[in-house]
Amino acid sequence: MELHDVWFVLIAVLWTGYFFLEGFDFGVGVLTRLLARDRAEKRVLINTIGPVWDGNEVWLLTAGGATFAAFPEWYATLFSGFYLPLLAILICLIVRGVAFEYRAKRPEETWQRNWETAIFWTSLLPAFLWGVAFGNIVRGVKLDADFEYVGTVFDLLNPYALLGGLVTLTLFTFHGTVFTALKTVGEIRERARKLALKVGLVTAVLASVFLLWTQIESGDGAGLVALGVAVASLVAALAANQAGREGWSFTLSGVTIVATVAMFFLTLFPNVMPSTLDPEWSLTVTNASSSPYTLKIMTWLAVIATPLVLLYQGWTYWVFRKRIGTQHIADSVH
Amino acid sequence: MDLALAPETLARWQFGITTVYHFLFVPLTISLAALVAGLQTAWVRTEKEKYLRATKFWGKLFLINIAMGVVTGIVQEFQFGMNWSDYSRFVGDIFGAPLAFEALIAFFFESTFIGLWIFGWDRLPKKIHLACIWMVSIGTLLSAYFILAANSWMQHPVGYRINGEKGRAELTDFWLVLTQNTTLNQVFHSFSAAFLTGGAFMVGIAAFHLLRKKHIPVMRTSLRLGLVTLAVGGLLTAVSGDTLGKVMYEQQPMKMAAAEALWDGEEPAPFSVFAYGDVDEGHNKVALEIPGLLSFLAHSDFESYVPGINDTNEALQEKFGPGDYKPIVPVAYWGFRWMIGFGMASFSLGLLGLWLTRKKFLLPAAYRTGEDEVPHLVLLKRPLGSRLTRLYWLAAVWTMAFPLIANAWGWIFTEMGRQPWVVYGVMQTRDAVSPGVSQAEVITSMTVFTLLYAVLAVIEVKLLVKYVKAGPPELSDSDLNPPTKLGGDLRDADKPMAFSY
Repeated sequence: MELHDVWFVLIAVLWTGYFFLEGFDFGVGVLTRLLARDRAEKRVLINTIGPVWDGNEVWLLTAGGATFAAFPEWYATLFSGFYLPLLAILICLIVRGVAFEYRAKRPEETWQRNWETAIFWTSLLPAFLWGVAFGNIVRGVKLDADFEYVGTVFDLLNPYALLGGLVTLTLFTFHGTVFTALKTVGEIRERARKLALKVGLVTAVLASVFLLWTQIESGDGAGLVALGVAVASLVAALAANQAGREGWSFTLSGVTIVATVAMFFLTLFPNVMPSTLDPEWSLTVTNASSSPYTLKIMTWLAVIATPLVLLYQGWTYWVFRKRIGTQHIADSVH
Repeated sequence: MDLALAPETLARWQFGITTVYHFLFVPLTISLAALVAGLQTAWVRTEKEKYLRATKFWGKLFLINIAMGVVTGIVQEFQFGMNWSDYSRFVGDIFGAPLAFEALIAFFFESTFIGLWIFGWDRLPKKIHLACIWMVSIGTLLSAYFILAANSWMQHPVGYRINGEKGRAELTDFWLVLTQNTTLNQVFHSFSAAFLTGGAFMVGIAAFHLLRKKHIPVMRTSLRLGLVTLAVGGLLTAVSGDTLGKVMYEQQPMKMAAAEALWDGEEPAPFSVFAYGDVDEGHNKVALEIPGLLSFLAHSDFESYVPGINDTNEALQEKFGPGDYKPIVPVAYWGFRWMIGFGMASFSLGLLGLWLTRKKFLLPAAYRTGEDEVPHLVLLKRPLGSRLTRLYWLAAVWTMAFPLIANAWGWIFTEMGRQPWVVYGVMQTRDAVSPGVSQAEVITSMTVFTLLYAVLAVIEVKLLVKYVKAGPPELSDSDLNPPTKLGGDLRDADKPMAFSY
């Protein structure tokens, strides 16, 4: 295994980490409309992710930075090619971050309601758009001989990619729902479990169709295994949810995300962005990667820093392990 | 294509707008993180309530500010790919690494520990909670260091080779990128300017309250801390600015000649106080100069030769082929002056304040003040009259944003002064833009960012003003009795959280 293959795996790991973690906090954002009955419940939801959403988002920044360093051509093609969808995601993430931090800083009801509306939409849209983006990456896009994207934004909105968007949206929402069941106490916890069943079933249908489609178009043996794991763990997550095993259902919905992202990357390899115009023009781990020297430095960085990050981020989740209910939310404004 | 709407021009405007905006929050974040950490340390060590109240007050302003710094930083991570894809392809092998280091080391640090600090008041024992804000502070410094190393490489590329076969620049010595003198000097200059910024911010807000005789114990402490930070930060900014300037004379003579509107080389070279000239003709019509000073700034003596814009342009043409290698001279010239002027105005205010509010040194005993009194402003033997006192406090309030202006102009100067290069001597800016991105796309994103940023600026400033006016919060029982166990004291399971969104 050469270093650029290692980095292909590491980029996959970073995206997996991002979707696993920010996946549930996007989901919780969506639940502020789908599950919360009143303002107090909205605040319960927001506070389940309060201390951690920012750290979760850094997985995206790291995926971006690491792609830049390890696969500059991929970074350049992806973000200049998917310009407008990426712009939409960036706008959402900007507004979303400010919404979390500023919502409780004024007592006026309109102020708080506006930020709550913002949290819902800015969680829903990226959750959908990331699926569209990955759908297109897996399926391939119109790249010319210089690896420039020559399609339009409408080419990106094809049925396969749009279905991919619905899959990530529902999957993240499901992930967020079982997370809520795990992290809250009281009536909202019960309702989260009931909702998880419905959202989970919708997810199962959409994800099965999408992953099968992927498998038929371009999958191989390894992809099939990932597909199997994804679907099986989703079903198991639903069963665990019905049995009231919240820790297990959250873990299993996480496994579904891991397996789904794994399937994306297994299908891609050794391409990183296939060209639909000419296979010769596809970006691959070889022609998109940095020099061996840079990859070596990056590998040292990853080997030393990643375990530390996992350690202290994990510790954060442990510190804030207590369940939250409406009784824990003080009225005062900060 | 019309120059005003050329892809290069648009992409540069967008980079300028988003980066200058982002950098309004960065220096305040860097300095306030450390200052809040210092105040909280004082509380943990002395258990004096004024320190905890100060921590909470400045901590709140810090959080309002860092929220904006974080979200506007996201754009920075991606816009190289969006608008500058040819740049990314050509230098990603080198430029990407510091960005990845920044994300994996610094961003995780900052964002994880800030969450622990915000929500950790009733979940973490006192000292561990304190360690969290220090971690945030270290994270902000590391983050700035890596991105400045990346920028320094654009100013003065080292540790690389050109791979002709792949058509790109490749890293050969990462350690050199991290430790070259451009990096070290830029880091020193930016860090000290960050503390100048935070000091002026603290002094201004403390002055606001002291003028109204409110929250005196907390604001007295804050004033002192702010003045010391401002004076030390200002001094180091000047010192590091001088050394960075000398490095720039070596590495980018054109930038420094433009900074002085020195059209033709002179020996000794004067420092220009005011100039008005004809850019096309290449000379000044009006010039007010201090003889020899520029030679000193460049080479530490009053005699040496300093090359001018026209000479340097010819030298660059000889080296890199025909073309115009001049930046926009008036922008470099005035940017340089505004940077120094606004920064040093704040520094002077800090020095003056430090002298006026001295506690004992050469201060008649009668004018020494207690913990809950507004300090007298004593020039020599007697306090200033009420009008002059008021004037000083007002000046502190009205100039508290001066360093922000200085920072912005500093960046505009150093980036625009490097033009037409994006990587000095290696790649020109016009070759760096994304060829596949349409004019409409860039205009769309620029409009959206500008409008969004404008709205957020209004919201942010209003929120800051609200919390500044509210003053330091009263302390609650749970503030004064932090938990002794990790995860908080679990006896009362239904106790509301000390902080919630």
